[in-house]
Amino acid sequence: MTKTLFTSDHEWLRMEGDAAVVGITDYAQEQLGDLVFVELPEVGRQVTKGETVVVVESVKAASDVYVPVDGEIVAVNDALSSDPALVNNAAMGDGWLFKIKLSNPSQLDELMDEDAYKATI
Amino acid sequence: MSNVEPGRHLPLESLHESAGARFGAFAGWNMPLTYPAGVMKEHLHTREKAGLFDISHMQLFAVEGDEAAAFLSHACPLDAAAIGMGKSKYTVLLNEKAGIIDDLIITQLSATRFMVVANAGNAAKDEAHFRALAANFSVSLEALPRVLIALQGPEAESVLTNAGLDLSALTFMTATEPKPNWFASRSGYTGEDGFEVAMPVTEAQAFVEKLLADERVMWIGLAARDSLRLEAGLCLHGQDIDETTDPQSAGILWAIPKRVREEGTFVGAEALRAIHAKGSDQKRVGLKPEGRQPVRAGAPVIDADGTVVGRVTSGGFGPSAGHPIAMGYVAKNLAEPGTQLFTEVRGNRLELRVATLPFTPHRYRKG
Repeated sequence: MTKTLFTSDHEWLRMEGDAAVVGITDYAQEQLGDLVFVELPEVGRQVTKGETVVVVESVKAASDVYVPVDGEIVAVNDALSSDPALVNNAAMGDGWLFKIKLSNPSQLDELMDEDAYKATI
Repeated sequence: MSNVEPGRHLPLESLHESAGARFGAFAGWNMPLTYPAGVMKEHLHTREKAGLFDISHMQLFAVEGDEAAAFLSHACPLDAAAIGMGKSKYTVLLNEKAGIIDDLIITQLSATRFMVVANAGNAAKDEAHFRALAANFSVSLEALPRVLIALQGPEAESVLTNAGLDLSALTFMTATEPKPNWFASRSGYTGEDGFEVAMPVTEAQAFVEKLLADERVMWIGLAARDSLRLEAGLCLHGQDIDETTDPQSAGILWAIPKRVREEGTFVGAEALRAIHAKGSDQKRVGLKPEGRQPVRAGAPVIDADGTVVGRVTSGGFGPSAGHPIAMGYVAKNLAEPGTQLFTEVRGNRLELRVATLPFTPHRYRKG
């Protein structure tokens, strides 16, 4: 079981084979409130760490989600288009946002483990 | 997230804290935005049962004196003496250009006494404006320190009766003073039947706790207050109406009696008559985004050629409607319900349809 890594912007990342699954943390979904729309990136898009790749929209406001590493988007969670509340209900699991193939795996070293993340919130 | 504490705190803040409220700044106040149930459940609960809102950030003014009616009929496009005892009227404060300084509810309590309820963010501005105009009238204006709550939804009347406050005799937009220094009206900002009740701060906690003991009652934060009022097609001052919009383009001329509009000597009368004679270029309409993506305040409204023909002033998701909803201004010739328009969100063109307001039917108790 690979461990989950975190950013200070409340994204999580977990390696699955040669790609990483990325989502927002449970704390983040709680802060945002009920989500009603998730704008996902195009599969195949090359992205750079820190770039806005997803926009999550709650009843009240839109918030950006940043990509935690460089790479190529290889999959998105299509279930969110009909059920954005999956992010609220299972932020760390079925409510994942996208999968990314890392072009610079050493960037994983810059992320936090769960204990370090929890200390920031 | 900002940790800056806004200036003003609700008298019952500790009750909200113990209910687990998430707070945010609104109009200079530290206000409950949501409670643990979340905006969606809070919104739906209000339409199904009874939602309790602490709206003590809003300001009550008592206006009293021999010339109180004449004063209010000068300050607002209103025939204050003709409102009727115990009746409430939605009205506006206009500047000389007929721009809307604030929207208000004014209740006539006697021939010489009126209650004014003003928006939180405008209360200081309204008070200064009222005081400047009051100098020429025999009238007193008193800002009342009160806790103001709203109980909205189909169970509101029964909840209040069980809590010892029987307001069943009131119909929509009527009001009473049920106890000394209390003021209660059958009105609200959700499109539902419901009440707004003002009471002395010292009596508020016990009363609110009594309401909360009823299992049909749930605290509702500002986030759901906003989605409820937007579904109900009601304007938020500072967003959908402001000093640059006039009552005609805002579509609230219905609040101004025809005779007052034609002959009144209220502030802004000449400008309003000129606007009315000329007609306005823009009209406030409902806008329904055609997909799942919400469109927010500030987004442009464009036609098929990409020409800007209006703007979105409020937008979000309607939990009862089940789809995104918005409100805004469009060119008058494009204001017909069903008209296809567009907007742009983050570079994507989205389709909008002009929609009839409200998105969710009003369920007022008209008697």
